[in-house]
Amino acid sequence: MHDITIIGAGVAGLFAAYDLSLRGLTLRILDRNGPPAAHGCSWWAGGMLAPYCEGVTADPLITRLGAESADAWAQVTQVTRRGTLVIALDRDRAELLRFARRAGPHDPLDASALTALEPDLATHRQGLFFPSEAHLNPRRALADLVAALQARDIHIEQATAEPDDITGPVIDARGMASPLPDLRGVRGEMAVLHAPDITLSRPVRLLHPRHPLYIVPRGNGIFMLGATQIESGARHPITARAMLELLSAAYALDTRFAESRVLETGADLRPAFPDNIPRVTVRGRVLRLNGLFRHGYLMAPALARQAADYLTHQTRGELIHED
Amino acid sequence: MRDFYGVMLDSPLMLGTAQYPSPSVMQQAFAASGASVATVSLRRESGQGQAFGQMVRDLGIHILPNTAGCHNAREAITTAQMAREVFETNWIKLEVIGHADTLQPDPFGLLDAAETLSADGFDVFPYTTEDQVLAQRLIDAGCRVLMPWGAPIGSGMGLNNRYGLRTLRAAFPDIPMVIDAGLGLPSHAADALEMGFDAVLLNSAVTQAGDPVAMARAFGLAVQAGTLATQADPMGVRDMGAPSTPLIGKAWL
Repeated sequence: MHDITIIGAGVAGLFAAYDLSLRGLTLRILDRNGPPAAHGCSWWAGGMLAPYCEGVTADPLITRLGAESADAWAQVTQVTRRGTLVIALDRDRAELLRFARRAGPHDPLDASALTALEPDLATHRQGLFFPSEAHLNPRRALADLVAALQARDIHIEQATAEPDDITGPVIDARGMASPLPDLRGVRGEMAVLHAPDITLSRPVRLLHPRHPLYIVPRGNGIFMLGATQIESGARHPITARAMLELLSAAYALDTRFAESRVLETGADLRPAFPDNIPRVTVRGRVLRLNGLFRHGYLMAPALARQAADYLTHQTRGELIHED
Repeated sequence: MRDFYGVMLDSPLMLGTAQYPSPSVMQQAFAASGASVATVSLRRESGQGQAFGQMVRDLGIHILPNTAGCHNAREAITTAQMAREVFETNWIKLEVIGHADTLQPDPFGLLDAAETLSADGFDVFPYTTEDQVLAQRLIDAGCRVLMPWGAPIGSGMGLNNRYGLRTLRAAFPDIPMVIDAGLGLPSHAADALEMGFDAVLLNSAVTQAGDPVAMARAFGLAVQAGTLATQADPMGVRDMGAPSTPLIGKAWL
């Protein structure tokens, strides 16, 4: 007999499992597709732990709770703490000024400071640096979470289950598969490029009035380009339009991306609530962790912590919604 | 007050539904603005679930689907037909973009699409420039509303060509006109209504503000001010100064 059953082995379910296991609870993890892979949206994430950049458009709660994510992840996986760089093309300078006005703690960079940080961006003349932000490699982070759980003899069972079939407390972290009435999918598309000539040591955000882009270095000349954000529940592969937009923005950042090889493209849905803030929806013995939107890795630790605090101490954090 | 294909609007404010930080903020912004029409882009909001489309319907106000992002008549016509199915309205804001940077309309594609769609029973709201000849052609094509731009979409510059807009307004006194695109501040919206335009349509001015809900409210107040001012018959402009207090009999102190 286990203390808690977790359904869904994406970033939310696995981090909750990890947090609860550290508190000495016994767990069972079920996922209809088995261990994390391309079937889950956690697989397609950028892995930026950027509470201040996100705070320009997200609710202040995301910035506050997201600020704890880098330390939390560093216990499980490799977290690169080299900040975030934000730049804009010369003609979009107004975007940079607006971003600077609204963003959290950062340093404005002139051309020489920018070049000192990222020599490959020497063609750009100004930017913003968010020194306290970080990033991780999502697929490695998922694998490291799985390994950390295995070390505690917790294994992911491939099985379909509904909370009603299970006795005892249940954490439902199935993302779009959870029956939550307010949940919607927000489509995102990404590409992975191999550009061995280009070196970037931190995520770079290129502001643009129509096609904002971020590039997350994965090491060894591999870069993740993301991401579109479309109010649509469609799961088809990346569209030609999205590819054009992502690649054009990458080309504008550094023309050498034209010669890069497209290793992979992906598209999936981000589960989101109307306020785009994640929730622990509590109904009886079932806790549904969902709605991480574009903040899966940024918010999973806080969401897991609040769910665990609720289960162990009945603490009602900001993300707890009692049904 | 002029009607829009038989519909009298409660408020001369039309608000877009794209680019809000979240659907909740969108809902709050609409409530704060008192907008009577919500524009929605079909191009990218298609797909299973239609959750976002339902949120727009749930605003409970008139829906004006648009053909944003279409670059030729054929694309725009197809999008309009899809929009009619999805949102069950004959209203369509017809956008045929002619230039990728300025997003200015392609007048030729616009006219083509307006003719086809009007003949097909659509109530066409064409996004156009202040060009008077094009306006006449669009009216000849069956359009009973015009949507001249204030400035390029998303530029926030306000009313760029006041002379052209004033001339357009005067040339077609019976045609309802909406200033669409380019507004950045509530004063721009009041300005448009004071010039005799019937409504304004905006999106970025609200969504790109630091506090979209507060800015939506500001626009709601501005269109009220503009409407009231127009009804109050403004004094007009004079070349000479005219003292508001008579000089004769004024005490010498």
